[in-house]
Amino acid sequence: MEQEQSQQTPLVDFGNRIKQAFFPTQEADDDRGRMRTVLNSLILHLHPTKVVKRSLSLTYTWGLGGLSALLVVILAFTGILLTKYYTPSPDQAYYDIINLQSNVVFGELIRNVHHWSANLMIITTVLHLLRVFFTGAYRLPRAFNWVLGIIMLVLVLGANFTGYLLPWDQLAFWAITVATSVVSYIPIIGPEMSRMLLGGPEVGTATLLNFYSLHIGVIPIAMVILMSFHFWRVRKDGGITVARKVNEDIVEKPEKLTTLPNLVNKEVAFGLVWIAILLAFSMLVPAPLEEIANPMISPNPAKAAWYFLGLQELILHFHPIFGAVLIPGTALVLLVFLPFYDFSTQNEGIYFRSKRGRWLTGIAVLSSLILTPLWIVLDEYFLNWSNWLPDWPSIITTGVIPVAFILLGIVTLSEVIHWIFEINTEERVMFLVTFFFTALIVLTLTGIFFRGPGMALYLPWNMPVVTGH
Amino acid sequence: MTQNSKITNGSRTEKEAVSRRDFLKIALKTAGTIVALEVGGVALSYFQPRAGSGGFGGVITVGLVDDFPLNSVTPITQGRFYLSRLGDGGFLAIYQRCTHLGCTVPWDQAKQKFVCPCHSAEYDDTGEMLSPPAPRSLDLFAITIEDNHVLVDTSQPLTRDHYDSSQVVYA
Repeated sequence: MEQEQSQQTPLVDFGNRIKQAFFPTQEADDDRGRMRTVLNSLILHLHPTKVVKRSLSLTYTWGLGGLSALLVVILAFTGILLTKYYTPSPDQAYYDIINLQSNVVFGELIRNVHHWSANLMIITTVLHLLRVFFTGAYRLPRAFNWVLGIIMLVLVLGANFTGYLLPWDQLAFWAITVATSVVSYIPIIGPEMSRMLLGGPEVGTATLLNFYSLHIGVIPIAMVILMSFHFWRVRKDGGITVARKVNEDIVEKPEKLTTLPNLVNKEVAFGLVWIAILLAFSMLVPAPLEEIANPMISPNPAKAAWYFLGLQELILHFHPIFGAVLIPGTALVLLVFLPFYDFSTQNEGIYFRSKRGRWLTGIAVLSSLILTPLWIVLDEYFLNWSNWLPDWPSIITTGVIPVAFILLGIVTLSEVIHWIFEINTEERVMFLVTFFFTALIVLTLTGIFFRGPGMALYLPWNMPVVTGH
Repeated sequence: MTQNSKITNGSRTEKEAVSRRDFLKIALKTAGTIVALEVGGVALSYFQPRAGSGGFGGVITVGLVDDFPLNSVTPITQGRFYLSRLGDGGFLAIYQRCTHLGCTVPWDQAKQKFVCPCHSAEYDDTGEMLSPPAPRSLDLFAITIEDNHVLVDTSQPLTRDHYDSSQVVYA
């Protein structure tokens, strides 16, 4: 090398020295060289030098974690561009968005990409959580990473929630009004939390500034720290769980391939495909923007953002302390502690754990698809405990009594399943999680498609159109 | 601990005395905790509502007592409330924010009720809740009547579970 370089002109030598600063080692073009490249590169060393061949299969992970990470990058990039044309003030914000969309080159496209990436991220992170759950990949030693993942899911919801207010249109204003009112139902600390979020008694200048600083400062920084932690833990926990077929034993030394190019090329291709999908979608479907926020007129119906409509549906049925606090709070806490209860790792890497697990998951989805809508309709039209027991406080008639009945029903269902299939702990956990998750989907879809004016139930094709604000 | 056992005179009190290393450890932990609390406290104080935020919040002079007919409900837009004059001439300033989830409640003249567009909570002309899901009656603002003028203080909504006649202000 030295000999060769000294024969070049001084200018080429100069260039070579710069090149050497960026690429200090010239690795051989073989497996060993490629492994060393991965090991010595900052970005690539997030990966191990070799990966299990099976883990490369798209139909195991579906690339959901990687896609979520890609979305963070896209959101950061488009978000920074958006700050160039946005002022977080109620007098200015809405008109800034209008200006961005009508006068700035690619302004509307950038906003659309940001909007749809943020919405897609809720879906990809939830699906990622489900993938990890259904392949039993959330148990020790990966349980801590599961908890980190749930914290990040809450952050993703927080990022979406704070970003929702920024366009300052009717949709934004009332969704945040409804959501912060829900917060104020949390016993003891709720009213103070709501007041701090709003920076006053109702959504106003202080709220917009609060949400802006959370959206572009606090949440992104927390996200980057937690993502680094999450990736690091994947490596420390021995990589992702290895995909297995039902009844297949764990292979002691599974076949491995070098990360470069086998994994990296796949990731790049996958990422480019998704960027293309997002761009195409954003060109075709504009992000919603309604009229400018008007504190005097609530739209009818006033709905939260779609990802909170399951929660809003709960509040329609239960006393707010149950609907807004106890039920979702308990669900979140149980989710965090799940891997410490369902801890046997013998089925890890197998989708739905076993052949019977697949049947049970199917039964759980089906029974929830029948029972949840049934209960929504029953509760809406027939059950009326507050009229039957007029002297009882509403927390009993719309809280304790219906929740007790539902719990009783679910315990009975789970016991019937146990009686028929003799299910073990793992299968019971999977059955119940599937049941509740399906219920959440049904509640969310009800909120999106079946709730009309006055939040009454309508069939989507009979939905009355409310005009005249 | 090994350092302590080297102390030659070996009296009980000296053995249990805090070593230099332990002292530093405790001191640093204490100092670190204090710094964290201070920074946390300052950060929290930044989230307190800032003075002057929001369009309303002061005392609003609504008009003369006789401007408002008996059995009428008048929206006062700049104050975010309704001035309700009852049949006996008494006044109530009712905050327009639904106690359920914060929507703005319009007065329905035909039904003689407040009907919330969000979840159909209903209130009568005293702000008393008539149907769920409202958890309590509409909030009030304090009214004072000076020189035949109606003044409403919108700085602080007054919460109540139900309507009672002591809430009504007379000229």
